[in-house]
Amino acid sequence: MNKEQTEISVELLKAGDRREFARLVDKYSNSLYRLALKMLGNPGDAEDVLQNTFLQVFQHLSDFEGRSSLSTWLYRIATNEALMFIRKRRPEIAFSDIVREDEAEADYEPAQFTDWGHLPEEELLSAETRAVLDGAVQNLPEILRIVFVLRDIEGLSIRETSQVLDLTETAVKTRLLRARLRLREEISIYYSEKLNKRSEK
Amino acid sequence: MSRDDHNNCKALLGSLCDYVDGCLSDELCQEIERHLNECEDCRIVVDTLHKTIYMYQKCAEEAEVSGDMRERLFRALNIEDYLQR
Repeated sequence: MNKEQTEISVELLKAGDRREFARLVDKYSNSLYRLALKMLGNPGDAEDVLQNTFLQVFQHLSDFEGRSSLSTWLYRIATNEALMFIRKRRPEIAFSDIVREDEAEADYEPAQFTDWGHLPEEELLSAETRAVLDGAVQNLPEILRIVFVLRDIEGLSIRETSQVLDLTETAVKTRLLRARLRLREEISIYYSEKLNKRSEK
Repeated sequence: MSRDDHNNCKALLGSLCDYVDGCLSDELCQEIERHLNECEDCRIVVDTLHKTIYMYQKCAEEAEVSGDMRERLFRALNIEDYLQR
């Protein structure tokens, strides 16, 4: 595919060109769906968020001023839609998570030192492990989860992540470290139990 | 573990993301690698942290919008005329 075919024209989008909008949807729907799926943990909810995201995009195209890149703007809308969905689902939890998260500084020192990194690929990516990975990411508070999803799953840079979330780069780095350490900890607990059972046999 | 060693572990924790993402200067990298050669716990943390990120990235590659979902999306957005790629 050449560049002309892949670049999305903001001008055409703003002029209401539906073919260009369809190209935009095709270009970004996998990424935005993945973001919603990791944030919500449920394919049906993720599909709703994906639809709402593009509806918002369509309605607000005239507001897009190009101060950030188009993809940053799309990620921002998708993030807001996903967070709103979570808050509607669990209004009482979302807020307390945020408060607790900013207070808890000391919880991130590694405590698990099981050496599972050498396990073969098929074991690291088994169906059982995938369920553990999904569970662990859902256990993260939203403000850590979204940083992890944008940076490590979607591959945005620290700067892009900070632009999507309106956070400083330092805040993104701190949250990313916490998210990664928490996930590592939880996965390590799983492998520690698994390897212990195996050695008992 | 001596007190000095433990301080090194804490210092490592502060640079961990930059180290894992390859954003540190050669000098700092070498310093960390020296520590990792001597500290088994930190070596395990770094190694399993790398693996953790790798596993998530590998699994995420498979989550895609299916043909049916794409069709529903296009209809909801009123762009079903452009379903044909």
